[in-house]
Amino acid sequence: MAYTVRTRTRASGIAAIIGAAIVLALVFLPLFASRSLIQDMFLILTMLVLAQFWNLLAGYGGLVSIGQQAFVGMGAYTLFGVVILGGIDPVAAILFSGLGALIIAIPTAFFAFRLNGAYFAIGTWVIAEVVRLLVAQWKTLGGGTGTSLPREATRDMWFVPTVETLLGVRSAAARDILAYWLALALAVATIGGIYWLLRTRRGLALAAVRDNIEAAKSVGVDAVRMKWIVFLTSAFGTGLTGGLIYMQKARISPDAAFSVTDWTAYVIFIVVIGGIGTIEGPILGVLIFFALQSLLADFGSWYLMTLGVLAITIMLVAPRGLWGLLSERTGLHLFPVRRQLVAPKPSET
Amino acid sequence: MIWVDTIVQGILLGGLYALFAAGLSLVFGIMRLVNLAHGDLIVMGAYLILVLVTLLGLSPFIAVLIAMPIMFALGWGLQKFLLNRTLGDDILPPLLVTFGLSIVLQNALLEGFTADSQRLPTDALTTASVQVGTISLGVMPLLTFASAILVIIGLNQLFYRTSLGRAFRATSDDPVTASLMGIKPANIFAVATGIAMIIVTIAALYLGLRSNFDPNIGPARLIYAFEAVIIGGLGSLWGTLVGGIIIGVAQTVGAAINPEWQILAGHIAFLVVLLIRPRGLFPRAHD
Amino acid sequence: MALLHTDGLTAHYGDFQALFGVDITLDQSEVVAIIGANGAGKTTLMRSISGVLRNAPGMVRFDGANIGGQPADEIMAQGVAMVPEGRKLFPSLSVEENLLIGTYGRKTGGHWNLKTVYDLFPILRERRNNPGTALSGGQQQMVAIGRALMSNPRVLLCDEISLGLAPVVIKDIYKAVPAIKAAGASLIVVEQDIGQAMAVADRVYCMMEGRVTLSGTPDTLSREAIHNAYFGAAA
Repeated sequence: MAYTVRTRTRASGIAAIIGAAIVLALVFLPLFASRSLIQDMFLILTMLVLAQFWNLLAGYGGLVSIGQQAFVGMGAYTLFGVVILGGIDPVAAILFSGLGALIIAIPTAFFAFRLNGAYFAIGTWVIAEVVRLLVAQWKTLGGGTGTSLPREATRDMWFVPTVETLLGVRSAAARDILAYWLALALAVATIGGIYWLLRTRRGLALAAVRDNIEAAKSVGVDAVRMKWIVFLTSAFGTGLTGGLIYMQKARISPDAAFSVTDWTAYVIFIVVIGGIGTIEGPILGVLIFFALQSLLADFGSWYLMTLGVLAITIMLVAPRGLWGLLSERTGLHLFPVRRQLVAPKPSET
Repeated sequence: MIWVDTIVQGILLGGLYALFAAGLSLVFGIMRLVNLAHGDLIVMGAYLILVLVTLLGLSPFIAVLIAMPIMFALGWGLQKFLLNRTLGDDILPPLLVTFGLSIVLQNALLEGFTADSQRLPTDALTTASVQVGTISLGVMPLLTFASAILVIIGLNQLFYRTSLGRAFRATSDDPVTASLMGIKPANIFAVATGIAMIIVTIAALYLGLRSNFDPNIGPARLIYAFEAVIIGGLGSLWGTLVGGIIIGVAQTVGAAINPEWQILAGHIAFLVVLLIRPRGLFPRAHD
Repeated sequence: MALLHTDGLTAHYGDFQALFGVDITLDQSEVVAIIGANGAGKTTLMRSISGVLRNAPGMVRFDGANIGGQPADEIMAQGVAMVPEGRKLFPSLSVEENLLIGTYGRKTGGHWNLKTVYDLFPILRERRNNPGTALSGGQQQMVAIGRALMSNPRVLLCDEISLGLAPVVIKDIYKAVPAIKAAGASLIVVEQDIGQAMAVADRVYCMMEGRVTLSGTPDTLSREAIHNAYFGAAA
């Protein structure tokens, strides 16, 4: 009898086909969607990417960061820096955003890894504050009040004229569509990349470290190295997203770019509500997040209170989130990472 | 001479930060719980005192005495009915629940009190100052510092001289064996958080008397408190005071050089200590 | 009527069942020894009676009342104290504080107090201000027993009190048993050392794989019967 190991499930096969269809539909969305829908979708996709990277950190790596705003802000400011000071095209500058976040992430990890658990969380927050305060000192980029991308840079941005002529839209709308496409590409690459990482040997090691650090060490997993890999990957991705978000906004200030509410609190709520430690969770979470936002948009602080109460309740009642509840009930896994031992069918032996 | 003055002001400011930190340190010491809503609870305490002052026409120093039992009850209930359910080997639930609580509290305060800055009413005494040599010391900062020392002495007495203090330490060591002594760890944790809330109320009084406050300043207070605790070394209350003083002095010295550097200088001091002494200046022997 | 008895007591650690319907009784002023090899379920039995391991209501009765399913602190308050396996002194507390905390949940008064415990184990009086964990193993065991006695329990559960100690130290510790009995407590003693158990006990239960395999008074149990009950008949 030969056993085989597989990670695919029937549902995941169907999900892959449906997923591909959805991505294809999203690619063609700008052909018929309104500009405000495109802007909403841009927000959904960028929040999804931020949520996936925080989930990689906290849900898989056990590193609860509340300093993600450091990487969003740093990515965004790097983009503004290289565009304004270096004259680089904003689209190309997004790559520098990732690098900018990475440069901050190395000393951050160096300090924060000295702190355990909850103290790691506040440590990352302190460092995000330090970065915000330092950036606010950078007078060339507007200091504490912030600055805007120069008009020429945004008008002549790569691909924008092409989109204008292709879709017959004005420059501002073309920029939104371009940003949307980039966000879509980033989201697909992020989900694909994380899924790939979790299915590699590294990913298995990561799960081992999260479940039991001592046991993982004893079978030769280098826990410290895993922590670094996860932290830097997450910082890079978060920085890229930060750059993209602020390329679309074209206006920046330290308080907005380093906002703990916008770039960490929302992200944590999305992941916790959707389901921490799964790839599906943040996807479900971001949809709920935006549904609630449009429902409660007129109620200001009630919106955040509702999110907070919902997240607390879910953490207590269903720590694996709504997706966890769903997949527990139905056994559904759209992105299976668990290896299953499959006995050959009796007829084959 | 200006430098001596700056440093003395910084030391006194450290008293305020030690008050912010003492409750955080107490709760962490007993149940290994870091309450991310700690700063927001301080701000909430300041609003509670403000409401009592406004409604009943009391002096803030009387109002704080009424606020204390209310805050104790609140902390007791919070621990008993919410936070106890998050304790365990997994660090995610307590962090995420208290973070959620922090956001809920901030927005509830915003809804109730708007984003406008508030301040507790001061009188001649609280704005007075005394002259020591060439240095002028505010009565308010002196009172704050004295309160911080009294709170730490009080907590140490409670910890090392009372039956409840023994139960705190025993539960912190080993909750299962503590239950064999007839201790209910869930109740001990609730009482500890209640006591932490009494200290939070004292911190809130001085926060509100010394400066403006609004619903959004909680997280920054949490960060100062956290830095003081880490600098001092986990579990050492006198260490926490030293930590507060280091942050306070760094901030006043930073501000003297450039007003924009005040907060930044405090954070940098924290990072430097973390770099040189990762376990703080006065770490606990076991743990 | 028995002072304490278990009735079909079962216990689980997750999916693993550790006890399968254990029935034991303890009468007033009696010393009962539980013997058995490692993993027989002796410590699990102690943890279940004391409430550290929660069980179903009705499985444990004490003085006519149901204590099964109650939490450890409530069981302790009714007069069932435990000396846990591994002594489990509180490292943050001094010797004297370790003793004092024994009365936290039960302050009935009775024979035992700081003075009488120090009289029972004089060495502890000398070391009263040391941290509990700075003592030798035998002294730590004395603190653990003294701590449980401070609440003047009616039943004292002693889990492996001789484990890891030198024979001469074990003898010292067991010397305290008559005094404990005289002060009005009944004892359940978990022992791996069969000789020690036989010497101290009025009755003996032998356990294997989560079940009671043999019980009786020390003089009626043959060496062979114990051997079979300990290691299984096939051995």
